[in-house]
Amino acid sequence: MAQSADSNKKNAIANFFKALGNGFKEIGTTFVEGDFKTKISFLIFGFGPLLRGQILIGAALLALEVLFFWFMAGFGWKYLSKIGTLGTVATKKVGRKTVYGDNSFLILLFGVLALFAVLAFVVIWYINIRENRKEELLLKSGKKLPTNNEVFMSLFDKNFHKTLLALPVTGIFVFTVLPIVFMILVAFTNYDKNHQSPSNLFTWVGLENFKNLVSFSGAGIGSTFTHVLLWTLVWAFLATFTNYFLGLGVAMLINKKGIKFKKLWRTILVMTIAVPQFVSLLYVMKMFANDGLINGYLIKWGLIKTYIPFWTDPVLARITVVVVNIWIGIPYMVLIATGLLMNIPEDLYESARIDGANPWQMFKSITLPYMLFVTGPFLLTQYTGNLNNFNVIYLLTQGKPQSVNLAEKAGNTDLLITWLYKMTVNDTNYRMAAVLGIMVFVVTAVISLVVYNMLPSVKDEEGFQ
Amino acid sequence: MKSYKAKRNLSNVLTYILLVIISIIWLFPFVGLVLQSFRSYATEYGGMVDYLIPKQFSLDNYKFLFDSAQTNYVLWYRNTITIAICVAVLQTLIQLCVSYALSRMRFTGRTFLMRFWLILGMFPGFLTMICLYFLLKQFGLTQAGAIPGLILVTVASCGMGYYVCKGYFDTIPKALDEAARIDGATRARIFFTMILPMSKPIVIYTALVAFMAPWCDYVFASYVAFGHDTSYNVAVGMTRWVWTNDYQGYFTRFCAGGVLVAIPVTLLFMFLQKYYVEGVTGGAVKG
Repeated sequence: MAQSADSNKKNAIANFFKALGNGFKEIGTTFVEGDFKTKISFLIFGFGPLLRGQILIGAALLALEVLFFWFMAGFGWKYLSKIGTLGTVATKKVGRKTVYGDNSFLILLFGVLALFAVLAFVVIWYINIRENRKEELLLKSGKKLPTNNEVFMSLFDKNFHKTLLALPVTGIFVFTVLPIVFMILVAFTNYDKNHQSPSNLFTWVGLENFKNLVSFSGAGIGSTFTHVLLWTLVWAFLATFTNYFLGLGVAMLINKKGIKFKKLWRTILVMTIAVPQFVSLLYVMKMFANDGLINGYLIKWGLIKTYIPFWTDPVLARITVVVVNIWIGIPYMVLIATGLLMNIPEDLYESARIDGANPWQMFKSITLPYMLFVTGPFLLTQYTGNLNNFNVIYLLTQGKPQSVNLAEKAGNTDLLITWLYKMTVNDTNYRMAAVLGIMVFVVTAVISLVVYNMLPSVKDEEGFQ
Repeated sequence: MKSYKAKRNLSNVLTYILLVIISIIWLFPFVGLVLQSFRSYATEYGGMVDYLIPKQFSLDNYKFLFDSAQTNYVLWYRNTITIAICVAVLQTLIQLCVSYALSRMRFTGRTFLMRFWLILGMFPGFLTMICLYFLLKQFGLTQAGAIPGLILVTVASCGMGYYVCKGYFDTIPKALDEAARIDGATRARIFFTMILPMSKPIVIYTALVAFMAPWCDYVFASYVAFGHDTSYNVAVGMTRWVWTNDYQGYFTRFCAGGVLVAIPVTLLFMFLQKYYVEGVTGGAVKG
């Protein structure tokens, strides 16, 4: 299995290079065999299509080329040229006048944008060449080129995916890809509260931030990082499995034969999904507070003398967070498990009962294996989701209680993601926040990849069918 | 035989007891929320107390919420509803388009696109917060313009959440498409007149999920609207009531505000519960 995946990967790489090679070869043959229209198209995009009557395609290509040069000349180059230093002249106040200099933030952001523009330009150039080649071959074989109307209408038929995906892909590029690339690059700069451009420029520092993250001496935050990372992993494990098994249990209780009002029980549980989390979680947070309802009643009834520090004691806070998460999470599991439990063939249980199996044995050897098999991918996404479960932790504890042993204001219940958030918002320590973000990505990706390949439902799709 | 029946009765009784206990635990916070929202901050104490049922029921907290001289709650509420409705409509449209393209059509770059988005999804969203904030600021969509800004950011990146919807489209037989294409229907026509009408459950699910999310959006909303009271949403505005140091007086007001937020959303959810369950289970099993 692993071997075939490996060889698949090697094939993929080989195929990629083969495709690249073919691409270059095609560019060459297009140029050599092409007529003058094609040859000029190498410089003026869409020249060939325009002369051949393909106004729509030609005009689009030409417009993109013009747009690119207009963008680079008026805007992009100004930033791209400085991306090596991220600016050298800081904005200063001379007397009462502000003398504007460079802005590292803008240089980095628009520099990246310009880089992408260059990349897109190359791709469009290639598309332009392929279009010329395609037209020439069509004409040579004596066929007619599609009319402009046909080209346009194909956007609703053969090329409908282009119409459908154009907007979403652009949106994702501008508001997801570009910011992510930007932040990855920030991890290699010294952009923090002492380097806020434009008055204090920031610049490249190489791997310094990463070294800081794993260094255990001096100002390094290695020990805090391992502390938070471990708790993040443990939390995700606890949160996922408590929810999974308790949810399964509750679902089985509701599904039990002879139990009435099944719908009512489910609806009561579903309330926690329906009510917006910031309302329910903040209320529950206050319920467990030192002066909250629970402590209040326990003291009034004489069960305890002083309040229980649900949120202020490090260990207790962690336990409470997990418990409250059970309250939030079980309903999802109940909804999912209810449908699946009914899919298990009844005759399996019937024959087990005839063989004298008790309920626990039936659960252990029929229900559980079936559920684990079917919900494997779901468990994985739950786990990675819990690694990044911002709402529960932040609304309940904001990562507190804080500890003097932890650097960078990390708290005892902080996950990587809440720590990252606090660094960004409270401390404007963007350089380390960016490094943490990359770490979150690495952890998520590694776990997803490793576990996914181990899942029984992936290895053996036919099982249980 | 009799003992078997007795045993079963006993186990059923135990189950009922357990279910009742579970129900109480699950409902308790909501009951508490409602009860405490009726405690007046004028005659009793508005902060934390150690009893559940107010000594005197009053609507003071609700009156406070609607008093525009004292709070912008009504405005926050309107902001949130605006965001929720816009996001629900646009996000559903975009996710349907993406799902249809990825499920029904085969084109170069399709698997690349899906893998690329999967990897992108593994980056934590907050990582990009400052960058997004800056991008929005360039368009004037922060602070005073935070509402359209939030809608834009949410909608722009929602295409990556196509999984559940695509999973549903995958279950519609391809033979239907092929038959229609032989009859001369274009892809666009198949999408609008055949697939969409068949996808009512998934459309409702997608819209419902999209509608509910903005109600909880605290992180990004607070960052984008920073310091501009009139463009807060309910989550940002009310979270402040609980977290600021003078929350003592504001706790019951938070409860009242929470009740007003929870009621419409919960009702809508309960009403459409069937579709939600369908979507969630479908998505979970296919993975």
